[in-house]
Amino acid sequence: MNEFSKDLIGLEHLSREQILTILHTADAFRAVFDRPIRKVPIMRGKTVVNLFFEPSTRTRISFELAEKRLSADIVNFDAGSSSLKKGETLRDTAENIQAMKVDMIVMRHSSPGAAAYLGRILKASVINAGDGPHEHPTQGLLDIMTMRQRLGNLEGKKVTIIGDISHSRVARSNIYGLTKLGAEVTVCGPPTMVPGGIAKLGAKTELDLHKAVADADVLNILRIQLERQSQMVFPGNREYHLMYGVTSEVLRRTKDSCFVMHPGPMNRDVEISSDVADGPRSVILEQVTNGVAVRMAVIYLLSGGDPGSLGATPHGGEGR
Amino acid sequence: MSFVEKTTIMDSAEVNRALRRVAHEIVEANKGTDNLVLIGIQRRGVPLARSIQESILELEGVEVPRGSIDITFYRDDLSTIGPAPRVSTTDMSMDVTDKEVILVDDVLYTGRTVRAALDAIMEWGRPRAIRLAVLIDRGHRELPIRPDFVGKNVPTSQREIIKVKVADFDDAEEVVVGEVIGE
Repeated sequence: MNEFSKDLIGLEHLSREQILTILHTADAFRAVFDRPIRKVPIMRGKTVVNLFFEPSTRTRISFELAEKRLSADIVNFDAGSSSLKKGETLRDTAENIQAMKVDMIVMRHSSPGAAAYLGRILKASVINAGDGPHEHPTQGLLDIMTMRQRLGNLEGKKVTIIGDISHSRVARSNIYGLTKLGAEVTVCGPPTMVPGGIAKLGAKTELDLHKAVADADVLNILRIQLERQSQMVFPGNREYHLMYGVTSEVLRRTKDSCFVMHPGPMNRDVEISSDVADGPRSVILEQVTNGVAVRMAVIYLLSGGDPGSLGATPHGGEGR
Repeated sequence: MSFVEKTTIMDSAEVNRALRRVAHEIVEANKGTDNLVLIGIQRRGVPLARSIQESILELEGVEVPRGSIDITFYRDDLSTIGPAPRVSTTDMSMDVTDKEVILVDDVLYTGRTVRAALDAIMEWGRPRAIRLAVLIDRGHRELPIRPDFVGKNVPTSQREIIKVKVADFDDAEEVVVGEVIGE
């Protein structure tokens, strides 16, 4: 039986079985998108607050759509026009929202641990939609879902993550999730962007891009987060593109079946060239579609959707 | 808590006879097979709907369209955390608008599953009518829902459990009555 706690803070704390349960449930929600009415009534009467302290377009729209397709009532919180500007603490903001009787809070915040902190002090469920460079669990899950659609069982599959590993919550969630499912993860990027301790998380480091992509089954290309860089760790965008940008020239050195992912938003012709992003080996838009399904699954399961019977037989019988 | 089987109330032959009779009744009530659509409720309603479809094919020489529906996301008990059916596939490739939809399930009990299935079907279109066919009606309804076609009426106590076994999911094809022992 897969028990879910009330919060989803990161993939670090999920078991392999729990991850497979979420993915199995997400498949069921994905099928709902093809119906004439893309909405199910299971979360009727539940209230979800989207608490975004950092700007976000994709993740926020994705969560909002997921909540709407589950028939939840939703409230969006905009950090720009909030009492935070008047000096309110995170705790006070959150406790006030809870006092208005909400069932779930989806939070993005620039501080690692912010979601875990809220989860500890609130009775409402908390879903981490990105806490600084720490984790972004639903992004990790949607990446894994997309990989499994292409590759099936990820046991022994080779995933190469390219870019700013140190600043990336996406990289961390990917590494935690993928290694639990048996994939071999390699990280690649400029030495200033690859932390030394990454091996402790179970990922290999390969600083040479051409070697890193040679036998990969999938490339997950991270966004160069210019806004998160307090000091310059590479000389410039053009230099980065020449050294680590994934271009059709780089793709020619990969296996024919190797495909390309990117969590968005893309810096075109910096970390990824336009012909790759729009090319036949890109599954970037599939990631976006899967994101809504994964978020529906997470919200549903944290709200008490019975995971035991749902996850009894994840496809392929891998869940044993 | 354990489930103890008490008696077998229908064996394989009796199940098949009942389903054939239900198939006859469906065709009779519909005056033929025009506009008929069979929809099985996941999971055990699905093989039962297939049996009915096969009987109608033998009887009338027509293969009526058949689909399946999973009602997990239409349930009304998310907050009470009951034993929910596992999420299975919904296959509604046919159009249900203006059709005579026959909803098929194994056991009719409280009526809540059927309520959820009605909601789900309505989202796919506007059928001319939805009728309900069940293998077993065991009573104890909690909603104003009644079956149109019944394989067998089985008066039960609420302590009892009815298990319909089908070849697809179980090692046998039969209907057994059991009881939960110990709490």
